[in-house]
Order: sequence, then structure tokens, then C-alpha cells
Amino acid sequence: MAEFKFPVDASQIMLFARAVGDNNPIYHDAEYANGSEVGGIVAPPTFVQASAQYDPKFPLRPTIGEPWFGSGKEATGIKPKQPSTASSDENKEKKSSDSARMLHAEQQYIYHKPIRPGDELTVTTKRGNSWEKEGRRGGTMSFSETISEFRDASGELVVTATSVGVTTGKAVSQD
Amino acid sequence: MALNASALKIGDTHEELVAENLSRTQIVQYAGASGDYMPLHTDELYAREIAGYPGVFAHGMLSMGATGTMLTNWVGDGRLTQYSARFTRQVWPGDDLLAKAKITNIFKQNGETLAEMDVVTTNQDGQAVISGKATARIDA
Repeated sequence: MAEFKFPVDASQIMLFARAVGDNNPIYHDAEYANGSEVGGIVAPPTFVQASAQYDPKFPLRPTIGEPWFGSGKEATGIKPKQPSTASSDENKEKKSSDSARMLHAEQQYIYHKPIRPGDELTVTTKRGNSWEKEGRRGGTMSFSETISEFRDASGELVVTATSVGVTTGKAVSQD
Repeated sequence: MALNASALKIGDTHEELVAENLSRTQIVQYAGASGDYMPLHTDELYAREIAGYPGVFAHGMLSMGATGTMLTNWVGDGRLTQYSARFTRQVWPGDDLLAKAKITNIFKQNGETLAEMDVVTTNQDGQAVISGKATARIDA
């Protein structure tokens, strides 16, 4: 189980709402929000995804000083190695090819109370179930569940998020 | 504004166009805001040559977030108690996304009145990209 802190601020809520195309003033206009039913700025429904910014080990963010699997000079910054090379290189190669086959299959949120600017959330994540399925468009698909709990400073649950990721056997075909 | 049980019935629907000609720039914007920098979504070279896709495609969570706009516009802010989505098809740059919700149940629980709904978001070809459910507190 991993644990990290997720401080919530108003600017991040505004940027996140913009990115999903939501111009509801509840996400950026304090004066409007203070006079509304919820009584202040709150975060949009999928906002806890932004906790990835604070996850020290989030794999889908470049790590300073380390090669990144996206393109630079070449289509990927992590080159395939010869079979005789060290095991750490093989792991990197595996990371690159696995990442290309990784997709988000399902997401569920249970909301216990609104997230507000100034909240100091603690995020704990744990593995849930995993299973396999034969898919028509993606070959053999391996699913795995991750459950994240977001708690406020008093330890109360704010959001429970369950994510299901899938690693597909091949690139998902478009028919 | 919240929904009111007296004015709401099973089968009622609401829909909104939540993305129109989705841009690669918005996908980049979502990557930056969420912190999900998976190159499949922002890096054409990687998406084509390494992953074998026709090009970049949107984060599923961008579509779920955009669909959430339709939900909160309908049920009100801070009213959702649950929201779930299955990502049934990829969303590509240029896609239009129409998000729809349909009330499937209205019930009381722990002194609150709740409305359950099916959520479907379709692209410009009518194909579902998101199939989900949501529950919201409504006024009695």
C-alpha cells in the first residue's frame, strides 16, 4: 500500500476544470461559489486524477535525469537492448513495451464529501482484483484494479476511487 | 440548481455536447492538468511507431471529465454520490462527444432522496465511448 499527501489549491481546480472543458464558475469564481449551495469553490467530479502530480512514484511522468519512454530523437527514449545486457536494461525495455499496451478500462468514484481548496488530502492506494479475458479487438487482456482512498486532515473519507487498467495483447483495432 | 424529486421521473433525460472537434491541444491541456503524461495521448511519433496506433488519442479520463460537466450541470454542484465509467472505445482528435444521462431509479436512503442514472457518451458516429452510471442527491 502506498501513501502520499495531496494538497488541493484553487488554481489546480481551475486548470483541471478548463482541461475537461468545464466553464462552470463554481470551479474558478470564489464570489459566485461563496453564494452558491455548496458555499465555496469545489473540485469537479474527476479532479482526484490530479493527485498523480503528487504521487512521488507516478510512472507516467518523466523523472528528472532519467530516460523517458516517449519520443525525442527517436520514437522512444528507451532503446531495446541486446539479450545479453544487464537485467535492469531488460526491465526498462519491458516497461516501454508494456506501457504502449496499457489502457484505462474503467473508473469509479464514490463521493463522501466535496473537495475544496485548502484541503490537505492523504491518498492511500492498494491493489484490488486482477483477471484476464480474451478480447476481439485487443487480444488477451489482463485487467487489474487499483483502489485509492482520499482522506481529509481529520481522517474522514472524501473520495474513494477504483481504477481498472488493462494491458492488451496488441494495439486495440479500430473496427 | 439541484433536481427536485417532484419534478423528476424515471426515464427523464439530459444531454449536452461536451466536446466539439476535440483538439490535440486540449489533450495536452488535460495531460498537464491531470499529470498523466502517457505519450500515447500526446506524442504522435510514439503512438504510431512504438504503440502501433493510428495516432494519439484522448485520455479516457478526459472523456469522463467532460461527461462529468453534463452531469453536474444537470444535478447541481456537490450533488453526485457516485460516478462510474467504462471506456468502451477510444476518442480521437476531431471527435465530437455527446454526453447523455437517463434517470433509472429514484429512491430514499438514510433520509436522502437519490436519483440513479445511466450515462452514455457517444462520438459523432453514434458509437459509445463511455458507458457508465451516476447517482446524485436530489431535493425531496
